[in-house]
Amino acid sequence: MSVTKDDVRKVARLSRIAVPEDKLETLAGELSGIMGGIEQLNEVDIEGVAPMTSVVEATLPMRDDVVTDGNIQDQVLANAPKSDEGFFVVPKAVE
Amino acid sequence: MSELTTLSLTTAMQGLEKGDFSAVELTQAFVDTIEASNGALNAYVVQTPEQALSMAADSDARRKSGQAGRLDGAPIGVKDLYCTKGVRTTACSNILGEFTPTYESTVTQNLWDAGAVMLGKLNMDEFAMGSSNETSRFGPPSNPWRRGGSNAALTAGGSSGGSATAVAADLCLAATASDTGGSIRQPAAFTGTVGIKPTYGRASRWGMVAFASSLDQAGPIAKSVTDAALLTEIMCSHDDKDSTSLNVETPDWVSEVEKGVKGMKIGVPKEYRVDGMPQEIEDLWQQGIDWLKAMGAEIVDVSLPHTKYALPAYYIVAPAEASSNLARYDGMRYGAREDGDGLIGTYEGTRGEGFGAEVQRRLMIGTYVLSSGYYDAYYLRAQKVRTRILQDFQIVFQDVDALLTPTCPSAAFAYGEKTDDPVQMYLNDIFTVTANLAGLPGISVPAGVDNDGLPLGLQVIGKALDEAACFRVAGAIENAAGFAAKPEKWW
Repeated sequence: MSVTKDDVRKVARLSRIAVPEDKLETLAGELSGIMGGIEQLNEVDIEGVAPMTSVVEATLPMRDDVVTDGNIQDQVLANAPKSDEGFFVVPKAVE
Repeated sequence: MSELTTLSLTTAMQGLEKGDFSAVELTQAFVDTIEASNGALNAYVVQTPEQALSMAADSDARRKSGQAGRLDGAPIGVKDLYCTKGVRTTACSNILGEFTPTYESTVTQNLWDAGAVMLGKLNMDEFAMGSSNETSRFGPPSNPWRRGGSNAALTAGGSSGGSATAVAADLCLAATASDTGGSIRQPAAFTGTVGIKPTYGRASRWGMVAFASSLDQAGPIAKSVTDAALLTEIMCSHDDKDSTSLNVETPDWVSEVEKGVKGMKIGVPKEYRVDGMPQEIEDLWQQGIDWLKAMGAEIVDVSLPHTKYALPAYYIVAPAEASSNLARYDGMRYGAREDGDGLIGTYEGTRGEGFGAEVQRRLMIGTYVLSSGYYDAYYLRAQKVRTRILQDFQIVFQDVDALLTPTCPSAAFAYGEKTDDPVQMYLNDIFTVTANLAGLPGISVPAGVDNDGLPLGLQVIGKALDEAACFRVAGAIENAAGFAAKPEKWW
């Protein structure tokens, strides 16, 4: 499996990671190396095998649909890079 | 009072109970040692001496009034992956900036509820992605161990390199760590310490910075098997805040350690005999087999045919889950923000600047294998291969009580030795990653040293929820090995 420069550019975009143009080639090589090792999974017979979920049989628990916390606006905003008047301040998202 | 720092957790607890020293005296000894040594060792990325001494004073008061918990007054180091209220937590990534949680992780809360004292936050690979601790934003810690006659700095392993360094160099009585592909057991093996990854779901993941949610599991690094058993008992609990936390009782594991292996059946998987493994590790493995035999265990050769597919499956599952988990770091609600062109530009700038090279690499792999049209071919296939790997174990465990393997294919290596090729670095996890994929408990116990005098570990893998067998076998190996070597102090 060979990962091309164009693949890296596309995947970087999907990952929302700015990757400088001059690093695409190196990354393509590294990702190809990793993906190359992964290809051997095609040898495994997985016919009729269920995907792994849990080693110990367990069902997802349900909880009561009730509010368990709240009124912690200051805590929610405590680590915000920018906030104002109790709101997160973010770049304009809608033109 | 530096001799206090060399005590094991168990002996320190006895000393506190008898009143030989106070929690404040014990804590002060660690605070002083950390201050003197951390510059050279770089184990702690945040030190909390004032909080530690205040917690210790509270502990002494509790003990005086007869309300001491099981870890009361024990100074512990915390991997920087656990959210600690009011204390900066960044998983050693730039993208978390100066993030200071307003809540406490369940595992650390369990420790404080038992009376433990927090000394600070320990170094790790960025988001626990690495096997050498070289991806930390704070630079790597230095393994206290060095090759005989050499000054070359060695890795303490990863991702819990800071935890392993701190325990091996007596900068805490014990430490919390976490294990996604071997991140507790490999650093423990590289530093002559004991580390266990319990069964998936034993400990709550709430408040742990997520890497790969179906693999991540909390556990301790400690100076002895008994210390590890005690700490694991406290760290594990059922937690409504983690839907994968198992609703099971936490047994008494401390009492298992000295039970011995007489009558146990121990499997030796032939697939763990890999090409290029140093003879010393082969020899140590054989030594372990001989010890267990001599102590009355029956050794059985077994086969786990899908072992070689574990690493490739891991390098799909872990990056895929990481790419989902780490999508939350967008620079909007917490952590560092790098302003860019519009919203997308700010996302890309924040993540381009904030994530290190290895994390970026894994996020891109994860995004690639999850991208449109590839899900079935990669992630779903890898999850089915995981089932095959688990089935291998289940078949073998019908006949044996536990498995014995080396922990790692090598001793600690020097910085830079394996960073050029990510695939070479990944091979470090070859013996540990299977237990993560299958969700099984695995413990690493120091069993000897190589020709350079570096510690080597043996791993015991148990059935699901049978940590007891891990502690029994590891306790027997610990007794037989009588591993007492300590690194020569150069720092």
